[in-house]
Amino acid sequence: MADTVLSSVNLSYKYPQGAKLDFPDIHILKNQHSLLLGDSGKGKTTLLHLLSGLSKPTQGEVQLMGKNLYSLSGSSLDSYRAKNLGFIFQEAHLLKNLSVAENIKLAQSLAKVPVDEHAVMHMLSELQLADKANALPHQLSRGQKQRVAIARALINRPGLLLADEPTASLDDTNTALVLKLLFDTAEKHGATLLIATHDKRIKDKFVHAYQL
Amino acid sequence: MNNLQLVWKNITQQIGSTLLSVLLTAFGVAILCVIYITGDAFEKQLSNNTKNIDLVVGAKGSPLQLILSSLYHVDNPTGNIALADARNLGNNPFIELAVPISLGDNFKGHRLIGTEPSYLELYALKIGEGKIWGKSFEAVIGSNVARKRGLKIGDTFNTAHGLSAEGHVHDEHPFHVVGILDRSNSVVDNLILCNLESVWDVHGIAHGEHNGEHDHATEHEHNHDDHDHATAHNHDEHDHDHAGHAHEDEIVSEKPNDVFVKSIGEDMLAHRGDEVTALLVKYASPAAMGIVPRLVNQSTDMQAASPAIESTRLFSLLGVGLDSLAILAYVIMFIAGLSVFISLYNALKERKYDLAIMRSMGASQTKLFSLVLVEGLVITFIGGIIGLLFGHFGLYLINQQASESADFIEAFRVNSQELFLILAACIIGMLAALIPAIRAYKTSIATILADK
Repeated sequence: MADTVLSSVNLSYKYPQGAKLDFPDIHILKNQHSLLLGDSGKGKTTLLHLLSGLSKPTQGEVQLMGKNLYSLSGSSLDSYRAKNLGFIFQEAHLLKNLSVAENIKLAQSLAKVPVDEHAVMHMLSELQLADKANALPHQLSRGQKQRVAIARALINRPGLLLADEPTASLDDTNTALVLKLLFDTAEKHGATLLIATHDKRIKDKFVHAYQL
Repeated sequence: MNNLQLVWKNITQQIGSTLLSVLLTAFGVAILCVIYITGDAFEKQLSNNTKNIDLVVGAKGSPLQLILSSLYHVDNPTGNIALADARNLGNNPFIELAVPISLGDNFKGHRLIGTEPSYLELYALKIGEGKIWGKSFEAVIGSNVARKRGLKIGDTFNTAHGLSAEGHVHDEHPFHVVGILDRSNSVVDNLILCNLESVWDVHGIAHGEHNGEHDHATEHEHNHDDHDHATAHNHDEHDHDHAGHAHEDEIVSEKPNDVFVKSIGEDMLAHRGDEVTALLVKYASPAAMGIVPRLVNQSTDMQAASPAIESTRLFSLLGVGLDSLAILAYVIMFIAGLSVFISLYNALKERKYDLAIMRSMGASQTKLFSLVLVEGLVITFIGGIIGLLFGHFGLYLINQQASESADFIEAFRVNSQELFLILAACIIGMLAALIPAIRAYKTSIATILADK
């Protein structure tokens, strides 16, 4: 289907320690922002890694933007992921030696997309970070870091934005702010959101949810 | 952002450990650079300075000292030999060319060599400007002497007694520059040449080619500032210190009981006519090699020293020191490699999440591997370049300290083989970075991200 962003079938994963997890099939259409809900230890992060090709499942198949991820070889998979997927983690995890602008440009560079200074500054302006372009991560507040992480994830205009517990350690007000920012920015840049979380506060904000 | 930009950001953020690795590499490379260039320059000098000279004949003593004083001009002579004996030897059919030299004075550290025009033939020297000396107190100077002392044709200068620039100045006998030699890349570039008579005359020594007997008491009255040369003396350059030396005649008259002093006195008493310091010999045929040295050593009171043998001995003596320094340099280079390894290994622990994030953004395993490898390479490359700068500056300082006659190291001339030092440093850097790079290559994104 042309509008399908992500789909997975019969995914299961066996950990090196021996435990095995079976995951529900997932089918996400364009702009169908979805939630992966589950308590800690249910395999939310593992499923995100399988869906993004960072880990390989014991069995099953994943289609991202119409392409079977596991049919791609190592470097092709890296390249495909860089162009079609954006990642946001619980912590911003910016590279501390690079400035805000450089952190974003790095995403372009790793995706082998020509570094577009204008696009970077435009993105930073949208996220009210234009004046922080040359700041180092340690000079930013937590919220600013999170916004830089979002900018970094979206700079290559990926079709899918995966977020792993983006609101886990935030209070209600900040949780609402981050969610709004994610929705607004993702929609503006044509990305579909898939958020893995155990945070039941955000369940009501989503129409589509997968329970682990 | 390319690899180099990323690497540069990394190494400038951990400036302490980077600086340590860079400096260790630099010291190792600098020492090897100094050893290589001085060793090479020394070897070239050995061969340039002994060119065409198969044998040096001089007064008995240390053969190495004879070679050092007569060919390299870095030591005192062993004594004098009779010119008549030297001439006799020169007439031997096994000898093609025999050139007497007489040492004794210097001009600001540049030794004055009394000799004959055949000296130029022996060293294949060419006069670039002017002409060869025609009479006493006309001098032909080496190219470095002209350059460093700003001397040109027609200039005059006064020599100082002995081999030290601080010796008594013979201001009553100025030398005139009549010729300047082309550069020969040998010790001659730092020498001043004149005829034998100039050296004798400047010291008031009676001379006459065919007259071994002459009256020293009446022939020369040569007054130095602090002593009277009314009685001629054997000009024994190697210990001739005008500032406080006692003359041989005085020594003899005081009947000293010291054996060394007595021997000098005996030499003087047994006057042998005109004297020179040494005779530089070129063989007529290779067969002479087995005959002439034995002839000299067994049947005359002179000694024959082979430049080839003594130079080899000298270089092997110096080689021990150079080898020890080289070992030290290798150890430092090894420690530099270790420092790079530890620095990168520890940095990886801190950077493992950065690497995982980069992988999640599309960096390939090879990209992470090359990043770490390039980091090791850049650190040791910078160290290597700084090391070469240190090395050349060290050579410059060594050159400044060296005496004028030993001034043969071109401190700022870059040798193409120095690239091998940089290459060696880079290889060490890459080897040191190999294990950390493999760890980076094997970064398990899922495990690291899951840990967080």
